[in-house]
Amino acid sequence: MAVTRFCTRTYRQDLRIFPSPAAKVALAVLILVLFCLPFFVGRYFVFVACVCGVSVIGALALNILTGFTGLISMGHAAFMGIGAYTAAILSAKAGFPFVPALLAAGLMAAACGAVVGIPTLRLKGLYLIVTTLAFQFIVEHIIYHWESLTQSDRGISLPPPDILGIKVDTYESFYYVIVVLAFATALFAKNIAMSRTGRAFVAVRDRDIAAEIIGVHLAKYKILAFIISSFIAGIAGALYANLLGLISPDHFTFNQSILYIAMIIVGGMGTVLGSIIGAIFMVLLPEFINAVSGPIASAYPGFSPRIGAVAVIVYGMVIILFLIFEPEGLYGIWVRIKRYWKPWPYTY
Amino acid sequence: MAFQILLQLTITGLAWGSVYACIALGFVLIFKSTDIFNFAQPELMMFGAYMSFTLVTHLRLPFLLGFLFCLVLMAVIAGLLEMMVVRPMVGEPVLSVIMVTLGLANVLRGCVGLVWGYEELQFPSPFSQEPILLFGAAINQAEVFTILATAILLVIFFLFFKYSGSGISMRATAEDTTTAFLMGINVKRVFTASWVIATVVATISGVFLASFTFLEPIMGFTGLKALPAIILGGLDSIHGAIIGGLIIGVAENLAGFYLEDYLGAGINEITAYVIVLIVMMVRPYGLFGSKEIERV
Repeated sequence: MAVTRFCTRTYRQDLRIFPSPAAKVALAVLILVLFCLPFFVGRYFVFVACVCGVSVIGALALNILTGFTGLISMGHAAFMGIGAYTAAILSAKAGFPFVPALLAAGLMAAACGAVVGIPTLRLKGLYLIVTTLAFQFIVEHIIYHWESLTQSDRGISLPPPDILGIKVDTYESFYYVIVVLAFATALFAKNIAMSRTGRAFVAVRDRDIAAEIIGVHLAKYKILAFIISSFIAGIAGALYANLLGLISPDHFTFNQSILYIAMIIVGGMGTVLGSIIGAIFMVLLPEFINAVSGPIASAYPGFSPRIGAVAVIVYGMVIILFLIFEPEGLYGIWVRIKRYWKPWPYTY
Repeated sequence: MAFQILLQLTITGLAWGSVYACIALGFVLIFKSTDIFNFAQPELMMFGAYMSFTLVTHLRLPFLLGFLFCLVLMAVIAGLLEMMVVRPMVGEPVLSVIMVTLGLANVLRGCVGLVWGYEELQFPSPFSQEPILLFGAAINQAEVFTILATAILLVIFFLFFKYSGSGISMRATAEDTTTAFLMGINVKRVFTASWVIATVVATISGVFLASFTFLEPIMGFTGLKALPAIILGGLDSIHGAIIGGLIIGVAENLAGFYLEDYLGAGINEITAYVIVLIVMMVRPYGLFGSKEIERV
């Protein structure tokens, strides 16, 4: 064994999920705060927290595909839409209970992911981007025009979910379902990042030809990344559908896909914590804009139909500014802050 | 009668295709010289169309003068955008660069919504509304002018790239940026020039598109269909982009009419994407694109 005092970590220690006891304490505090949150805040805030949770799951899914494996997808909202509509149709028309509908949503999205994944074996970079973009528009079109199944823009309303006989019909109770699933997803993503599969993903991202030469089965891992990512995205979509209670094609548009890419970029590409922070940030941003622009809109009623444009501009600016000035994202800022305080109170 | 309908649809398709081809040309031009894929191209087209709308309707300039003034304005805007937003991103990973241009697209779309609102506006078309009769088919004049103007534009570009000094230096930069730089070509100026040219072409196509349709923020999504055109033609081939644009324009118009009964209304909106999916399955580098050889 090494005898130096500093930097002696075995591989086993390096592979732990929690690098230090402090991380465990922090996690425990976080769980406690999340558990108590609905008791102290208003109903609307709980709803926003639920949306945050769903977005966290969605962003983690995209992060596995884009951040870890480097396959850029502009069709993430399409996968979520497939999941959401599967869950909605199964529970509204076929009377499925919540859990089987959720699983079916994930499996349906995963099947579509596998189908999209196959042509990507030969596609790279921009060709892949435009292919996933095409997938996004085609799914959007099908959802909108297959009226007998999806009821087009009238939307499908879902019955309140019940889990093993317990009715979950308030935001407060559904909040716990979402938080548990978001935690499970984060743990899963963290685990996969440190497993053999995760290392294979990263190898494919960094240089796929080199990865193939050292023995990574390219086809297998690329399709696997698509399947895992779209499965989780499908579940996120199903949760979103159950949260809103009424879904329409507008919830899963191209702009949503861009929003998810923005989340993982603003948060920090290829990091689990980054996706979580990024998702929360991008959900809270429009809430913040609304809080500011709401009074302006009510003061100048003639202007109110155009006030939505402000949010669009702010979105765009946030993406541009982050990419130019902070390419590591919020996660990078967090790491810098942590490093700055590490030797505190001694500043050497 | 069937022939007249076919002719009419084909010419409308060619007009739309010319618009796609112009936007696609801008995409390819920027991609070739700077290796940046500019997702804001459709929004620049829309912005240009709105700008000339304001110059002509609100400032009451004569159409041609307003149009030329708008081109100058858009050229300046494009140059500034390139220097402020895009240049810091040269050499960054593909996704970051794309996201910057997507952010730019959002900002431009938001500005259009904020300034001009989301309602449809009637563009002051300079062309007569009287249809031309050709073999018994009634054809919109604006469409004919669009096709002619695009053809002229493309010839000018061909000559520019083939013979003028700036054109040759742009081609050199596209071929190999480092070598071009070492040969004394001002690469920065070439980067800016490619953005300016791409934006000017996009503005021209936007004005034409607006004169045979309406002016609305959804134009950005219409312009996005230039993407399948490029991918169809191959990312690094200018004539591929043009042919791809025309194919997509004609195909979606024909599909919209003949396949509507079988595949439901609105099939023309996704024809382009279906075509691109099929082509990508067969030829992953597009019809005219060159296969990249990678070194590890």
